[in-house]
Amino acid sequence: MQPSLLSSILFATIVAGTPLIITAVGELVTEKSGVLNLGAEGIMSMGAVAAFAVTVHTGNPILGILAGMVAGMGMGLIFAVAALTFMANQVASGLALSIFGVGLSAFIGKPYESQTLPSVAAWNVPGLHKIPLLGHAFFEHQGLVYFSWALLGAVAWFLYRSRLGLVLRAVGEAPVAAHSVGYNVVRIRYVAVIFGGAMAGIGGAFLSVFYTPLWVEGMVAGRGWIALALVVFATWRPARVMVGAYLFGGCMITQMFVQGSGIQLNIPSQFLSALPYAATIIVLVIISHNKNTIRLNSPASLGQPFSPEA
Amino acid sequence: MNSRKTVVTTLGGLIAASVLAAAPPAAAPTQVGFVYVSPVGDAGWTYQHDIGRKEMEKALAGQVTTKFVENVPEGADAERVVRGLITGGAKIVFTTSFGYMNPTEKVAKAFPDKFFFHATGYKTGPNMGIYNARFYEGRYLNGVIAGKMTKSNIAGYVAAFPIPEVMQGINAFTQGMRSVNPKAEVRVIWVNSWFDPGKEREAALTLISQGADMITHHTDSTAIVQAAEEKHKENKNLYAFSYHSDMSKYGPTAQLSGTTHHWGAFYTKTVKEVLAGTWKGTNVWGGFKEGMIKLAPLNKAIPADVKALVEKEEKAIAAGKLHPFAGPVVAQDGKEKVAKGKNMTDAELGAMDYYVQGVASTLPKK
Amino acid sequence: MWLKFEQRPEPSRLMRYLSPLLAVGLMVASGMLLFHLLGKSPVEGFKVFFLNPIQDKYGIAELFLKATPLILCAVGLAVGFRGNIWNIGAEGQLLIGALAGGGLALHFHDTSSLLLLPAMIIAGALGGMFWAAIPAWLKTRFNANEILTSLMLVYIAELIVSWLVHGPWMDPDGFNFPQTRLFQAKATMPILVAGTRVNAGLLIAIGALIAGWIFMNRSFMGYQMKVAGQAENAGRYAGFSARRTVWIGMLVGGAMAGIAGVAEIAGPVGQITEHISPGYGFAAMIVAFVGRLDPIGIFFSGLLMALLYLGGEQAQQYLALPYSISKVFQGLLLFFLLCSDVFITHRIRWKK
Repeated sequence: MQPSLLSSILFATIVAGTPLIITAVGELVTEKSGVLNLGAEGIMSMGAVAAFAVTVHTGNPILGILAGMVAGMGMGLIFAVAALTFMANQVASGLALSIFGVGLSAFIGKPYESQTLPSVAAWNVPGLHKIPLLGHAFFEHQGLVYFSWALLGAVAWFLYRSRLGLVLRAVGEAPVAAHSVGYNVVRIRYVAVIFGGAMAGIGGAFLSVFYTPLWVEGMVAGRGWIALALVVFATWRPARVMVGAYLFGGCMITQMFVQGSGIQLNIPSQFLSALPYAATIIVLVIISHNKNTIRLNSPASLGQPFSPEA
Repeated sequence: MNSRKTVVTTLGGLIAASVLAAAPPAAAPTQVGFVYVSPVGDAGWTYQHDIGRKEMEKALAGQVTTKFVENVPEGADAERVVRGLITGGAKIVFTTSFGYMNPTEKVAKAFPDKFFFHATGYKTGPNMGIYNARFYEGRYLNGVIAGKMTKSNIAGYVAAFPIPEVMQGINAFTQGMRSVNPKAEVRVIWVNSWFDPGKEREAALTLISQGADMITHHTDSTAIVQAAEEKHKENKNLYAFSYHSDMSKYGPTAQLSGTTHHWGAFYTKTVKEVLAGTWKGTNVWGGFKEGMIKLAPLNKAIPADVKALVEKEEKAIAAGKLHPFAGPVVAQDGKEKVAKGKNMTDAELGAMDYYVQGVASTLPKK
Repeated sequence: MWLKFEQRPEPSRLMRYLSPLLAVGLMVASGMLLFHLLGKSPVEGFKVFFLNPIQDKYGIAELFLKATPLILCAVGLAVGFRGNIWNIGAEGQLLIGALAGGGLALHFHDTSSLLLLPAMIIAGALGGMFWAAIPAWLKTRFNANEILTSLMLVYIAELIVSWLVHGPWMDPDGFNFPQTRLFQAKATMPILVAGTRVNAGLLIAIGALIAGWIFMNRSFMGYQMKVAGQAENAGRYAGFSARRTVWIGMLVGGAMAGIAGVAEIAGPVGQITEHISPGYGFAAMIVAFVGRLDPIGIFFSGLLMALLYLGGEQAQQYLALPYSISKVFQGLLLFFLLCSDVFITHRIRWKK
């Protein structure tokens, strides 16, 4: 394999994995607090449309990302009100959020379907991007790619090294106990849900402002659901989210490279397209098989409503 | 006898009067309905049909009103939508995606006095016509341009599903490219989706990184032209050909040309015929000659001699003197599909399920 | 001021029935507000969206036709949801069921046996069960989360359908288009009301509702599922294994979704294409919840959901609004219902 080819595959894999990482890490924090928000697809759609609209109007992609983030936070807030204040079933609330977000974003986005954005230039990491073979693959990306790495590090540090992270995990593990020692479980969960929404909003913004860059109805194309799968796939470990996202992206990219190169593959193309999904199931099974790893990492109260007075 | 005759004439007069009374003074405009498979958007298959609808509405102003329903799933829902348009007052309905064929036929049978036209299918009836365009003619010329312009001798093609229409496009592009550049090859990536901008873009970038400097697509978004525009900054010889619509807005420097669809004249003509009562069945498969396909504006980067060649060949195709699949057409595996001196028949085109020589990728197994 | 909920001493029976009505009322109200914001007359909008679709016999028949797969999937899902089994892959189970039943129809395309249709329905149920058995097995054997495995299997099922209609099952006379041949008369559901499309699938759905009601409310197993769902430990004390809950929850959901798939291909579609279902398996989850996991409720919520689809089509034609308005309504409805459900167990108190 030529070095440039390997480098291109890596590069494309990283780009494809980025929106998944950002969204999945946000959801991971939400789930660590004991809340399951299945609305990522809807939040990403809203983030994508908000970011795109603001970038069109201001010409500033950074404002666009912020808008995506704010839209995501708004969606997170809606979910939090339903699931936390009104103690509604979280699975159902998340579904509602997904459908609502996909529908509303299509609605809002109508006038923007004809707009274009100039592509945003990549930011090469000084020095590092010149490394032969790997420089291009890792260090010639757009800002949000580096952001996704920083986010991974920050969240890992927060969850396992900071006091607040400990509190967050305690709320997810044993909300009743956390409540009894004086933590406001609902408020902490609110923050975690809104953070998750913010990240999914940024994930959506990456798609519409940097990745394609365009807005059309349905452009999130199931990536929100994949991000949710990645959290479990990663057994609620930030570093493994990255592995999963790149594995998923890598599967898609590699099968395209195989197709393009003309190698004779004696299987239907649909089977190749199914690979990433099948791989997710298989890895999920392998990881889940060891009940200890799952039990240690999965928040014990995940998905259960909490009422302070109960 | 006499009195009876009077009664009859009076009755006849009454009937005539009541008919006249029922018909509004200046004949109410006829309603024409359209069923779209995706949102109209700003480019792509449905967008071109919607342009056609507007052109027809304008050309027949006062005589027709139009209505459309977008995002109609291909399948059971389509039948209700088509029927709903009819019961809502439409006299003519155009259904613009393959999956509407059977639903359209069912409704057509239930409403024999209304008129139905289905794009890209093959079932017709006394009140149901079909229409499609010879997209491959445009593809051939896109290929000619690509063959002249490429430096790497590799073209990349992002495709959705291996149905005949897509196969015709890939093969015609290859035939065109090889007609001016026998060393050229075409690589194909199937994305198994008509519409997923992210995937389409990834496929385009993959092809570019594998050396393709001419890329095109048979999918529904503008992502590929946009990707080419972006990568054009790094490789000044990287160009794209748009499909469905002119996408030069999305790729002002990178779009060399493209194959665009034009339904307006067809819609106007067909509706006119129905209104005039002269309609006698439609089975239209139109190309350059009928104006149903056109080349997107040629990029100024294309040298004058190539432009001249393309214009000449466009005229030749329209005149029926040049066929993109003129023999010998040889399949990838070396089998001769069309002998020298013959042109591929429409039936053979409709059943195309192989790559021609010059396509470097292998067709996924079925 | 801070909103606070106070637990009622016991759940309010009144609110149990009022809550869905409240949710529908809120959805209609916010819908009318939305029409107003978009510069349309709210009353006109209401008429077009909610009344237009069902103004004649055909429209009402369409409503029932559209509700059939939603109700079938939702009843099956409700059984699992009651036991806390989160099967969100009904869409995939529907597709595999359709393939199993449709495969039979294609294989026996020249038989005149009256047994063909019943056999297709059974095959559909088995196909759906098979696809649901995968996440059930992965859950019970490997502890893999069923939400994710069942969802991933939806994508795989879609690709299998795509492969079959592009490849081995393609109609030989179909000009290479991705579809199978049309089913023969013996392989299609009888029409119930002449001149409409409403077919025997609706009777199957009603039968499923009755069976579901008996299972949930009158059978010991249904009771056990409910207990297991409410509290895992309680279920364990009652001597009921979590494994069995998973298997029953998944298999019932899969069987119903599979039958829904056959009802579609042997009903209004009449062949296998890539577009058997516009997401019925997913929409059915809303139907199940809005129907509060109860067969009687599911009957009404299925009809309401069908109305939202039909209304979206009307809104496009007569109000020039995009189709996505249907989804906005669906999402709003579920939200309002979930939120108003809190009043069953709680009442509001304002805290200073």
